[in-house]
Amino acid sequence: MENVYELIAFILLGGMVLGSALLVVTLKNLVHSVLSLIVTFIAVAGIFLLLNADFLAAVQVLVYAGGVCIMVVFAVMLVQRTDMEESNPVNWRFGFATLLGGGIFILIGLFAARSQWMLTGTEVPKDTVGTFAPILLTEFVIPFEVAAILLTVALTGALLLVKEVKANGDGS
Amino acid sequence: MGTGLNPSYFIGLSAALFAIGMYGALSKKNIISVLISIELMLCAVNINLVAFNKFLTPDAFLGQIFAIFIITVAAAEVGLGLALIIAISRRRETNNLDDLDWLRW
Repeated sequence: MENVYELIAFILLGGMVLGSALLVVTLKNLVHSVLSLIVTFIAVAGIFLLLNADFLAAVQVLVYAGGVCIMVVFAVMLVQRTDMEESNPVNWRFGFATLLGGGIFILIGLFAARSQWMLTGTEVPKDTVGTFAPILLTEFVIPFEVAAILLTVALTGALLLVKEVKANGDGS
Repeated sequence: MGTGLNPSYFIGLSAALFAIGMYGALSKKNIISVLISIELMLCAVNINLVAFNKFLTPDAFLGQIFAIFIITVAAAEVGLGLALIIAISRRRETNNLDDLDWLRW
């Protein structure tokens, strides 16, 4: 009975992910497609919950749906000069991109459907954060610190990029 | 397994999401929508990693740790990408990706 509920949840969440992702790439207005991107990210967080990754689901909602999407909306407002109604057009690679995307989907789907899985019978531990925080801070401590440095350098660089161009624009 | 879902379902879902993201990244004119499509592709990769974490290495948490690093790098990438877009749009009055060709020989 539990399997049926999981399957129903998977179908609903998957439909939500794919539908709103299709809206992201097909809507004409860029702000609307960013809004449906938020829906996509929240549905992906639901998929993570289905896969016993509750910490990742929380991070997904906080970082992607909260931070990244708001940042993208601000960038759209700053950058867009022409009419917002037609702000998301497609270029001449339309057909080529459709063929390539469909081909990749069919190829991966075929391989996934034909493959045999050697599943381990064990379950993911109930206390997710308590189990993987020690792993993150012992075995993966160097990548963890490198990621911290990467974030600092990238965001400082972003600030510098925006600021320098502004100074030049004022000077000339 | 205690569940009726196997990894193929999740791989199918993430392949579809990846294909949608790739279609968007290749066929869009606006720079910001290309960035959004790249985010969709990274999300598809995260679904794959978490699914493999659940079904193949539940105790080692390799997939979830990889997914955390991918989220970190994606956040840095979006911040830097948006800064570049804003800097470009101050120099050039365009946001069409095909117009940004002044590095071409």
